[in-house]
Amino acid sequence: MTTATPSAPVPAAPTNKLGFTKQDYVGSKSTLCAGCGHDSITAQIINAAFESSIEGHRVTKYSGIGCSSKTPAYFINQGWGFNSVHGRMPSIATGASLANRTLINIGVSGDGDSMSIGMGQFVHAVRRNIPMIYIIEDNGVYGLTKGQFSATADKGSHLKSGAVNDFPPIDPCTLAIELGCGFVARSFSGNPKQLNAILKAAFAYQGTVVLDVISPCVTFNNHDASTRSYKHVKDHDFPLHDLGFIQYSEVEEVEIPAGQTEIVTFPDGSKVAIKAIHEGYEPTDRFGAMKAIHESMAKGEFLTGLLYINPTQPPLPEVLNLVDEPLATLGEDLLKPSPAELDKIMQALM
Amino acid sequence: MTAALAAPSPAGGAKTRINDFSIQVATVNGSGSQTANTVLLRAIFQMGVFVSGKNLFPSNIAGLPTWFTIRASAQGYVARKASNEMLILMNPETAKEDIAKADPGALVIYDEPLQLDKLRSDLAYTPVPFQKLVTASCPEPKLHKLVKNMIYVGVAARLLGIDMEEVKKAIAKQLKGKTKAIELNQTACMAGYDWAMENLEDQDHIKVVRDNKTQGLIIIDGNEACALGALFAGVTVVGWYPITPASSLVETFIEYADEYRKDPKTGKSTVAIVQMEDELASAGVVLSAGWAGARSMTSTAGPGISLMSEFIGLGYYVEAPGVFFNVARTGPSTGLPTRTQQSDVELCAKCSHGDTLHINLYPGTMEECFQFSYDAFDLAEKFQTPIFVVTDLDLGMQNWASKPFTYPAKPYDRGKVLNQQQLAEVKDWGRYKDVDGDGIPYRSLPGTPGGKGAYLTRGSGHNAYAQYSEKPEDYLEVMDRLKRKYETAKSFVPGPVFRNQGSDKGVLAFGSSDPAVIEAQDVLAEGGLKTDYLRLRALPFTAEVDTYVKEKKVVYVVEQNRDGQLANLFRETYPEHATKFKSVLHFDGYAIDAKCIVDQITAFEQK
Repeated sequence: MTTATPSAPVPAAPTNKLGFTKQDYVGSKSTLCAGCGHDSITAQIINAAFESSIEGHRVTKYSGIGCSSKTPAYFINQGWGFNSVHGRMPSIATGASLANRTLINIGVSGDGDSMSIGMGQFVHAVRRNIPMIYIIEDNGVYGLTKGQFSATADKGSHLKSGAVNDFPPIDPCTLAIELGCGFVARSFSGNPKQLNAILKAAFAYQGTVVLDVISPCVTFNNHDASTRSYKHVKDHDFPLHDLGFIQYSEVEEVEIPAGQTEIVTFPDGSKVAIKAIHEGYEPTDRFGAMKAIHESMAKGEFLTGLLYINPTQPPLPEVLNLVDEPLATLGEDLLKPSPAELDKIMQALM
Repeated sequence: MTAALAAPSPAGGAKTRINDFSIQVATVNGSGSQTANTVLLRAIFQMGVFVSGKNLFPSNIAGLPTWFTIRASAQGYVARKASNEMLILMNPETAKEDIAKADPGALVIYDEPLQLDKLRSDLAYTPVPFQKLVTASCPEPKLHKLVKNMIYVGVAARLLGIDMEEVKKAIAKQLKGKTKAIELNQTACMAGYDWAMENLEDQDHIKVVRDNKTQGLIIIDGNEACALGALFAGVTVVGWYPITPASSLVETFIEYADEYRKDPKTGKSTVAIVQMEDELASAGVVLSAGWAGARSMTSTAGPGISLMSEFIGLGYYVEAPGVFFNVARTGPSTGLPTRTQQSDVELCAKCSHGDTLHINLYPGTMEECFQFSYDAFDLAEKFQTPIFVVTDLDLGMQNWASKPFTYPAKPYDRGKVLNQQQLAEVKDWGRYKDVDGDGIPYRSLPGTPGGKGAYLTRGSGHNAYAQYSEKPEDYLEVMDRLKRKYETAKSFVPGPVFRNQGSDKGVLAFGSSDPAVIEAQDVLAEGGLKTDYLRLRALPFTAEVDTYVKEKKVVYVVEQNRDGQLANLFRETYPEHATKFKSVLHFDGYAIDAKCIVDQITAFEQK
């Protein structure tokens, strides 16, 4: 005979400002390989959205094709998602973000999806400053087609099969800075704290955020001769700074340390606190950022953190001077010219 | 002036052709001749005479030969006519060839130094000292090249008997408020007219006589008519990429949107227009904007549709609305980008990989370009799918006389979209469930509050609940439903238009072939062959089309491509009637004319 043991009261899960628990930000179960770096990124998107009290129903998730592009199914089920075609995620984000400018847009792509087949769309989305967090889950390899090199693979890097990459890599971060992107960051799926801070800042930013996350492929690119293996990245990760993000609503409460910490203020009043580790790195200096990234790449390092920030650039809906309400739900009264107006047009053609 | 300028008279004492002739003007492109030709066309139109214009221009900015044909027709025929009664030859490069091709008896106005009058003896020549006249009438040497063409308008007006007041009005209309340019051009035109009055005897070969056939009509091109349709349909997102002959559709839309699509309270724009980096991105913008609830469109030509086709397959399978204008040109490849053809019929009917079937609208008149463009947005949202509006260069870029458009009073049909409250009430909602048995599911829009209705759209296999699935039964359920949805569309697309003469012989055509078919039908009837003409206006084929195909003994399918693409669709849809369909084809890049239809049908009949 068994007796019921009195159970300790289950503590209520913590809630954010909207009254949601972290559970409200999860998605379906991941079907990626166990230990995949992408799942760590998914976890930080969930954490950052929860902690930033993001309204789930306003989130839209876009992707192209590849392992990374499957991940929008794994976070924020309250939001809509659009898993499109290979390399075309940016145009999907463009159309939807114009149709409804109140959406919070998250694009998840990979190094193949963005730096090869989708390079054209990446470049132009950044140029237009589409309001979106553009995450590149960067493993230097095509996972879903079983391990071919991608365009971010380092020259001389080896495949599991032994094949050597003969071509230089494309770096999404320097490219994004070159294109005028106002929020460029790099992180590592094995550095959750840094990734979390960057994502929270990204949620508060208004234009395109380019976030390159080195995310080792445990199945096809985690061997000793790879420059995208966990070990290699851990050994060569060079965080630029300790990053803190303070939401506009918290600004009053949080004491910002003086001295070494630089503060960048967003239009909504949120602040990013940047405490430098790398001496002399100035994340608001576009040319300096380019130089520092190039120098570190030459040394085989991954410089991570907020590489460049300029929060003043208007996103596309502002450039186009769109009405404040979503275009998608405008009424016929605003959209359809009157019979008198048609008559006027016809008269001019007579 | 002593010039022995013979007053040309009709060869063989033929009757004067009143309001029934064609003029061909040969110039160099980039010389301003488009303005002069449009003025001449407009002046005849203002004289109350039915008129149409065809610009045969090169794929070039300046310096290559270009021809403009103006046809006046008392009977209202507006198709291209292969023969011309008047030639105006301003291009030294082509003048000799133009003379060689001229129809016997034609009046030839030409630039005097070209000395063409010795080439053939069966033409009536009128050399004009253009340089002398332009020097005398225009003080600005820089502008000589541009206004020189206006002089031939004056000369032609004199010979044809066009009222110069109408010409002046046409110039003012064409140059909309540019006072200095209007004055300059009117002066040049008058100089040509005065010179002709002084130096030329009148002719009675062809004449314009004031009529009342064009009162209350407008002149417009199809791209502008489509742009207006989209404007009134309330398009809110436009993603596009320039391509001849489709660019002016969006460019005209932009001009109208500037005036008519601003929120009166804030002055902010109610439409987003983005010139994308290519056609692929344009298609992405159209489909995702449609998915998010906007009315979206793009305008392109065949090569653009090819680039968009991967996305269009996605749009079909995930059921995202969007309107795709295809202003077709002569393919394949770059082909003849400034010439017309109807060679994207099969491309648009089944665009993309896998099994895909699309709703296509085929406007054949300016009023239909307007109305079908308006309707396309309703159909896109109603059927949650890409819709093609297929025109061509002939419809899209040429000038057409038309009745003014009727106001589209019918309210927008935004389709089966569930709002927050409906989502809260509905039990067991599935994005791809066929609740009503018409194949059309219910959708929700991103951003809808309330915590219900979110789903992940995916181009990979999915079930009725939009969940990932590789199960055969789930795949079949979606594909069969999509076919059912296409069947439903048969009752909602525009049916055909008939022009019956009481015959068991059919002529079937669509789009820009219409004027030539009407004229051919009349010519054939005069020769004793009556036909019943069906003008197809949409895919899928409606019930009336079924009946027609079953009833006719033979169906001559007239189309402007090499392979008989529309006839192929008919043979595939009606295999038991496959042998009835005979292809009447025209595909050299010029607009189709009645004679080629009459000749081909006559040849079939004689077999």
